[in-house]
Amino acid sequence: MAWGFLAPTVVYLLAFYAYPLYRNVELSLREYTVRSFVQGGAPFAGLDNYRTVLTDPAFWPTLAHTLVFTGASLVFQFTIGMALALFFRQHFPLSGTLRALILVPWLLPLIVSASTWSWLLNSDSGLVNAALGVVGIDPVNWLTSPTWSLTSVIIANVWIGIPFNLVVLYSGLQAIPVEVYEASALDGASGWQRFWSITFPLLRPVSAITLLLGLIYTLKVFDIIWIMTRGGPTGSSATLATWSYRLGFGNMLPEFGPGAAVGNLLIVMALIAGLVYIRSQRRQYQR
Amino acid sequence: MTGLNRRRRLAAVAVIALAAVTAGACSSSSGDSDGGGGGAYLVWDPYPQFADDSDWVALLKKCGTSAGVTVERTGYDTTDLTNKALLAAQQGNSPDVLIVDNPVISTLAEAGALTTTEENKLDVSSMAPNLLGAGQSGGKTYGVPIGANTLALYYNKDLLTAAGVDPASVTDWTSLTSALTKVKAKGKKGITFSAIGTEEGSFQFLPWFWGSGAQLTSLDSPQAVSALTLWKDWLKQGLAPNSVINNTQTTSWQEFASGNFAFAENGTWQLANAEKLGFSYGTIAIPASAGGPAPAPTGGEFVSIPVQKKTDRYATSQKLVTCLTNADNLLTTDTTLSYVAPVTAVQDRQATENPKLKVWVEAVRAAKGRTGDNLGTKYPKISEPLWTAVQAALSGGKSPQEALTAAQASATSK
Repeated sequence: MAWGFLAPTVVYLLAFYAYPLYRNVELSLREYTVRSFVQGGAPFAGLDNYRTVLTDPAFWPTLAHTLVFTGASLVFQFTIGMALALFFRQHFPLSGTLRALILVPWLLPLIVSASTWSWLLNSDSGLVNAALGVVGIDPVNWLTSPTWSLTSVIIANVWIGIPFNLVVLYSGLQAIPVEVYEASALDGASGWQRFWSITFPLLRPVSAITLLLGLIYTLKVFDIIWIMTRGGPTGSSATLATWSYRLGFGNMLPEFGPGAAVGNLLIVMALIAGLVYIRSQRRQYQR
Repeated sequence: MTGLNRRRRLAAVAVIALAAVTAGACSSSSGDSDGGGGGAYLVWDPYPQFADDSDWVALLKKCGTSAGVTVERTGYDTTDLTNKALLAAQQGNSPDVLIVDNPVISTLAEAGALTTTEENKLDVSSMAPNLLGAGQSGGKTYGVPIGANTLALYYNKDLLTAAGVDPASVTDWTSLTSALTKVKAKGKKGITFSAIGTEEGSFQFLPWFWGSGAQLTSLDSPQAVSALTLWKDWLKQGLAPNSVINNTQTTSWQEFASGNFAFAENGTWQLANAEKLGFSYGTIAIPASAGGPAPAPTGGEFVSIPVQKKTDRYATSQKLVTCLTNADNLLTTDTTLSYVAPVTAVQDRQATENPKLKVWVEAVRAAKGRTGDNLGTKYPKISEPLWTAVQAALSGGKSPQEALTAAQASATSK
């Protein structure tokens, strides 16, 4: 009887998680061509696809872009989100309305925000370059120069990620008892001391989960980069996610095997981050 | 922040997985209902812009009725359709008639998903050989072109008059560049095109590449370098905007529509939008390096008959395709799609009915299939290094020579 109640979840997990994952692993371990994808009988290739991917000249730059993209996005999203959360904690007129407005980037479909960013950052007719021109700065080829393209997609991604950090950290702040602050005020703690000795330590569990979720979201960001730069020019803003898509779907002759291999590497990276989180949580409980 | 597409794809894979599981249970019943004679015939096309009350769907239904079957039609987004068609072939539930973008034909043929004209008895003798080429590989033909489009140069008449340029004088690269310089001297912009890092970028570069006399089998030839140098110099001298590196053909068209550009490289499919421009426009063929029209790549779709388990369905599918591609229906279809017909006689009729199409008919006659010259599925492996080289040279990372040498090395290593 108990198993009966469990069955829907188990079937759901198997059909929508286990099987696709299994297929992706299988795809990465065989040498698929379009012919064997349709007709079947792709030979087992062991780790050949992984070897192809790892020895590809694009691998290390792409991995570096992924790490820079993820790291920079997280740092800026988190600090700006935290600053805004603290700011909105002090109630002032219209604070509710303003907070709601800051959530807008989160509600917009990604295709809309990414296209808007690519218009803003257009080399010749973009608003950003026009604004720079007003203060006398030469136009920057935001999306079309290899030195700037990664920065541009990071800026867009930070902008999109701030609301999420704001919401989670803000609700975390609500959970910190006011008495602690009152006591510290009586002891004469400055605002800076209050932040580092009370807010930050008490917010640590919320911060950890925000950063972990942010990490997992950011590792697999695809839409923004693809819409804004297609990972280019010449791979200068490509991450593992866009590379995996390009291998599997971006060419008329799909390379499913290497594409799946890159996808699996991404999953492993997210998994490691998750394990590190669980471990640190456990250590905290033991203390 | 999220991976919408990735999640959607994962969901798609999962649905397919589920379908595969359930297919085992009901495969015996689903196949029997539609036997060889009557029943429903599935047609997939890449024209989602046509609703059920459009002329195109009406034509499909009419052809179905005259073949004694009902037609069930689904319109997909072009880029979506390739993956859909491959997955359908894998699952053994391909449509009876599949209309796809021409370079995809060689990929699907390589996958063994399409029937040859020997098997499906389609008559392709009336089709123009340069258009049919994209659907042929290894001496076999895998479909019929339904219409063709290609690239030419749109120009802004008002800007050229103001700059004192006669469009008829633009016949080779030198005269084109000097026309662009004159326009720039008037404070306007020269030319816009699309050099994006996808197949679209290669598509737009090919007229210049082929127009220099270069061949796709040798990406680093001196001719190829001269074509890429032409583009790079335009950017360096400010005759073309830096944004071309990220332009799709649609954004490039929007730049032209702003009225600030004298020339735009774009396709037949923009003709309807061209009529809505706020200025008067004209078209000329893309000039080759030494003069005359350069061969532009052909775009446009092919009608194909995918492999079925029940081979007795081919006879009816063949009737459907023949109906869709007979002269009168081609004229109607290609007029609605603003394509050039694949049959010489119909092309002539189009040019007499609409003189504006004359340039396009000539451009299509000079055009080449990308997968032609027996390249087939080798083309995608050449095209990706090519568009990467274009991007590398234009964005300033490499010189045209370096970029193309790297491209050739990468194309031969795959």
